[in-house]
Amino acid sequence: MTGFYTLFHKELLRFWKVSLQTILAPVLSSLLYLLIFSHVLAARVEVYGSIPYTVFLIPGLVIMAVLQNAFANSSSSLIQSKITGNLVFILLSPLSYLEIFLAYVSASTLRGLMVGLGVYAVAAWFYPLPLQSLFWVVLFALLGSALLGVMGVIAGIISDKFDQLAAFQNFIILPLTFLSGVFYSIHSLPPVWQFLSHLNPFFYMIDGFRYGFFGVSDISPYISMIVVSCCLAAISGWALWMLKSGYKIRS
Amino acid sequence: MTPAIEVRQLSKRYGKLVALDNIDLVVQPGEFFALLGPNGAGKTTLISILAGLTRASQGSARVMGYDVLSGYREARKRLGVVPQELVYDPFFTVREMLVIQSGYFGIRCNDAWIDEILQHLDLADKAHTNVRALSGGMKRRLLIAQALVHKPPVIILDEPTAGVDVDLRQSLWQFIRQLNLEGHTVVLTTHYLEEAEALCNRVAVLKQGRIAALDSMHNLVRSTRDYTLELRLSTDTLPSGLGTWPGGHDGCLHNLKIKNYTEIEKILSVLRQSGIEVLDMRLLQPDLETVFMKIMETDAAGIS
Repeated sequence: MTGFYTLFHKELLRFWKVSLQTILAPVLSSLLYLLIFSHVLAARVEVYGSIPYTVFLIPGLVIMAVLQNAFANSSSSLIQSKITGNLVFILLSPLSYLEIFLAYVSASTLRGLMVGLGVYAVAAWFYPLPLQSLFWVVLFALLGSALLGVMGVIAGIISDKFDQLAAFQNFIILPLTFLSGVFYSIHSLPPVWQFLSHLNPFFYMIDGFRYGFFGVSDISPYISMIVVSCCLAAISGWALWMLKSGYKIRS
Repeated sequence: MTPAIEVRQLSKRYGKLVALDNIDLVVQPGEFFALLGPNGAGKTTLISILAGLTRASQGSARVMGYDVLSGYREARKRLGVVPQELVYDPFFTVREMLVIQSGYFGIRCNDAWIDEILQHLDLADKAHTNVRALSGGMKRRLLIAQALVHKPPVIILDEPTAGVDVDLRQSLWQFIRQLNLEGHTVVLTTHYLEEAEALCNRVAVLKQGRIAALDSMHNLVRSTRDYTLELRLSTDTLPSGLGTWPGGHDGCLHNLKIKNYTEIEKILSVLRQSGIEVLDMRLLQPDLETVFMKIMETDAAGIS
């Protein structure tokens, strides 16, 4: 337990010591999205009936910040440790692969939630938001940040260089996020794109998260919960196998 | 008695490259053991397998009786490894690093021991300095400190004095020797053979993934009777009686290889008969370096 807690705490300190870059910067960039998109699109985009576009946009931006930062945390920590070589301190220790997994994912989850809370606090101060069900909001924030934290672990293990990790971020995470309905309701899309959106696990996280605020969503939150949980379980299994077998980290 | 390190029929292959070829090695508790060999001989691979950083292709490795795979938690708790690469985590201070490293080994309150290590390794005044700001020698010593936080009974040091200046090297060895006297088993690799000769009781010499020599330091150094008789003569050419004697010369300074002391008598009598004056004479004892070079020159088939 001490081993897990120490690694978790170390991972926490790692981003907390540079919180200007790891917490405040992403909060600021999310707020810029809000400012620009609400200004440009508020009059043009029709979402859930009476809900103003800006208010609709906020939960999407919050969960997007949660997801991106959860991914960034574990992936950048691992790749830095691999490249500088200090991963050896963890590899030489008696920490089990499960402890290593849980520590990295928990710290990533926490960073995701902190950034998300920051975005929410500032945005809600300008544009008061409804909150239908705190349960669904918290559940999807947790599931989503954990899922991206695990994906970050996998990307960090697979990548040998920073540009490979950047490719993960630019060619997988970013398109999946932007095409998941952060900025729009998928009901406004042509049928083909609606269908494709349903294959995107990020869609379910964002849709379920938004349901918590408005009580309205494109799909039932129960289905979203099941889809996201299954994705989390599958991808965790993959990450745990990698850590257990020592894939790319123990030769 | 459970061996500190026990390696049986250990092999490691990377594709076609054989890094370790069927190694057997036992190190007993309390030994001060040197692992020598040229670059690429397999020293670091062997250490990495013991530390769990690399998996063996074949065979088994145990630390204090615990298998490094099936009993990895117990094995790693008993092993402190100082890696060869100068690695560090730029986010933390010296003390933070040691507290974190203790935590990884399940130790919560380790302040007294951390203070003691910092003192011994001359890092006490750097405790609150960020690791990034340390010099190469200090980073090396921090790595040693990190390997010791959990008071491991077995300590492996891979090139611990590379890049450490002479003064500090002395105090470092003094500290490690003290740890050995307190009962820790110490295994080290080094390129400074005189260090190994001065410190270690037993040596294994690795060559191309195999153990080319394994003996006590005393026996190994005495095993070769390659003495050298260094003579400063009044002439730079040897008399015909010694013309074919193995050795060489640099002007009037002649080096003659001898196998035993009686040969000295023979050489001196030939010189006397030829009327050559001996201006100076020195007998050079074989040292670890001579032995090491000899082992390296012998081809694999010639190793007994």
